[in-house]
Amino acid sequence: MAQLFFFYLAGIIVLTSILVVALRNPVYSALSLLIMFFHVAGLYVTLHAEFVAAVQIIVYAGAILVLYLFVVMLLNLHREDRYHAQFPLATLLGVTILTEVILLMLQRGDSGAPVATPVIAPPTPAIGNTEAIGEVLYSTYVFPFEVASLILLVAMIGAIVLAKQDLFEQKG
Amino acid sequence: MAVPVSYYVILSAIVFITGIVGVLIRRNIIIILLSIELMLNATNINFVAFSNYFHNVAGQVFVFFALTVAAAEVAVGLAIIIALYRSKSSINVDEFQLMKW
Repeated sequence: MAQLFFFYLAGIIVLTSILVVALRNPVYSALSLLIMFFHVAGLYVTLHAEFVAAVQIIVYAGAILVLYLFVVMLLNLHREDRYHAQFPLATLLGVTILTEVILLMLQRGDSGAPVATPVIAPPTPAIGNTEAIGEVLYSTYVFPFEVASLILLVAMIGAIVLAKQDLFEQKG
Repeated sequence: MAVPVSYYVILSAIVFITGIVGVLIRRNIIIILLSIELMLNATNINFVAFSNYFHNVAGQVFVFFALTVAAAEVAVGLAIIIALYRSKSSINVDEFQLMKW
């Protein structure tokens, strides 16, 4: 049953991610990326990461993708673009890397390499997923958390400075 | 019947390589940014799968940091796209060859 769910979600994820690259209209690409985000969130739910799934839908599908669609419709592009000239090289590179990765993983699964035994954490049935994430985030990873807020601040200021026309010309 | 973790790794590799190919072959800058989002999502799938496999929440915490970086990248990238469109009224990457050697 779990495998059935996984293969459904994985199939849709692969299909829509290929459609993102292959479709010609940027709006259709963004919408198929939306479908991919929802299925990735479903994959997170099957992996017992419910909070990450909710954040995935809220942040990716709700904020980032809306921003993309806003810019696509703001620019109002009519010219359809074809693929880049380096298409054969890119497909060759992609297929090569993909077969390499799959071959490596298949070999590693059968050889006598040290299999990482999953650490059985102390079972915490009373603590939910969200609470566990919060505890780790605010104790062990509190410094990267602050750095992440700094990154967001820098990105906000940078986006305003870049997108606003003649921000500095009025003063001088 | 649990799903083995290698399936998740293979799925993530496929999505990541789709993103790489998208960055390489498309001319539209917006599609290139969407392909970068694909690659970030592939890494997030890996993080969550291994977090479930090792019963360690730290993987899910790192998904949040990747999400933060993705949001910052989208904001700055789209601002750059708007600035580029304002200067050349095109978002075709072949038009921007100022730094081409």
